[in-house]
Amino acid sequence: MERNLTHIALFAALIAVLGLIPRIDLAAGVPITAQSLGIMLCGTVLGARRGALAVLLFLTLVAAGLPLLSGGRGGLGVFAGPSVGFLVGFPVAAFVAGWIMERTTIAPGTAATAASVIGGIGVLYVFGISGMALNLGLSLTEASLLGMAFLPGDALKAVLAGMITQSLARMRPASLLSRT
Amino acid sequence: MLTLISPVEIWAHRVPAGLKLGLLAAATMGLFALKSPLLLALAATATGALYLSGGTGFAVAGLRLVRPLWPFVLIVGLWHLWTADPGGGASILLRMLTAVALANFVTMTTRLSDMITVFQMLARPLGALGLSPRRLAIAMALVIRFIPVMLDRLVQISQAWRARSRRRAGWRVLVPATLAALDDADRAAEALRARGGAG
Repeated sequence: MERNLTHIALFAALIAVLGLIPRIDLAAGVPITAQSLGIMLCGTVLGARRGALAVLLFLTLVAAGLPLLSGGRGGLGVFAGPSVGFLVGFPVAAFVAGWIMERTTIAPGTAATAASVIGGIGVLYVFGISGMALNLGLSLTEASLLGMAFLPGDALKAVLAGMITQSLARMRPASLLSRT
Repeated sequence: MLTLISPVEIWAHRVPAGLKLGLLAAATMGLFALKSPLLLALAATATGALYLSGGTGFAVAGLRLVRPLWPFVLIVGLWHLWTADPGGGASILLRMLTAVALANFVTMTTRLSDMITVFQMLARPLGALGLSPRRLAIAMALVIRFIPVMLDRLVQISQAWRARSRRRAGWRVLVPATLAALDDADRAAEALRARGGAG
């Protein structure tokens, strides 16, 4: 019981930390924030339920007024803004990524990459793009074009999520709660 | 850690947090019901007046908080000029900026502890699903406590890498950082259990 709670809390903190370090230079010189990587890792490492709860806990603290979203954004305002769809999609993305990890038996690295692509990009973009279309008065096609700006970065992060999950599985198999 | 709460104390700080959140919900729903650009401009002006009632310093801080929206303003603005629908574009932009500014106003004038108290009250019905207010409080406190700890450690790991390699650390530092987070979670769980559990 306590272990569930602390894992959820620590991964919520991890999402925040990944959003707060813009200069980690994940790939030579591309200034992408790693926040969505944190969302993917929540799913692939913690599994569906715990992963989604970690993301919800993170969003609760953002709503309470902590500037934990990448770029130091936060507060209730971000939930009224045009990117609200992505925020709503975050916990669902983590849940789907975790669900795929739990239900497949292929190697953790491959499974985590696939889970991150499906959950962290596919599912997340459905929410994010619909949100932008509604808020900005665009058609779904136009909003999709806008969303494509994030695609290269997120594809890279899905691959990273796969590699990190694989390293964790190799170093300490028991730490991969999504597979136990 | 910095918060978004305004250091300038204004009258709205003394309004109960629950009331502010209720009014915000009603105002936001109202905004999305409004269609005419004229009425929306009126709402935007009223929001501006709300900020100015806290003094210019407070209003400037408020403006700074809506600054991250500029790419959207640019895109929607250009798009509606292109399609020759300036009225529609103005409605969308006014609604978006007013809704965000109103929400920011509540965040700027509500202490974190008050906001968390309201959230816990709202989460009370979830107790049936196993989410007791006490557990939520412990989880939130853990997150707030561990963010600086994890940031420090990430810096240490990067420095350790740099001391040993001429190549860039890159994403590789995230593996030990994630592993350390998992270890911390185990240790915090033991510490919690030793102190009577999470309830």
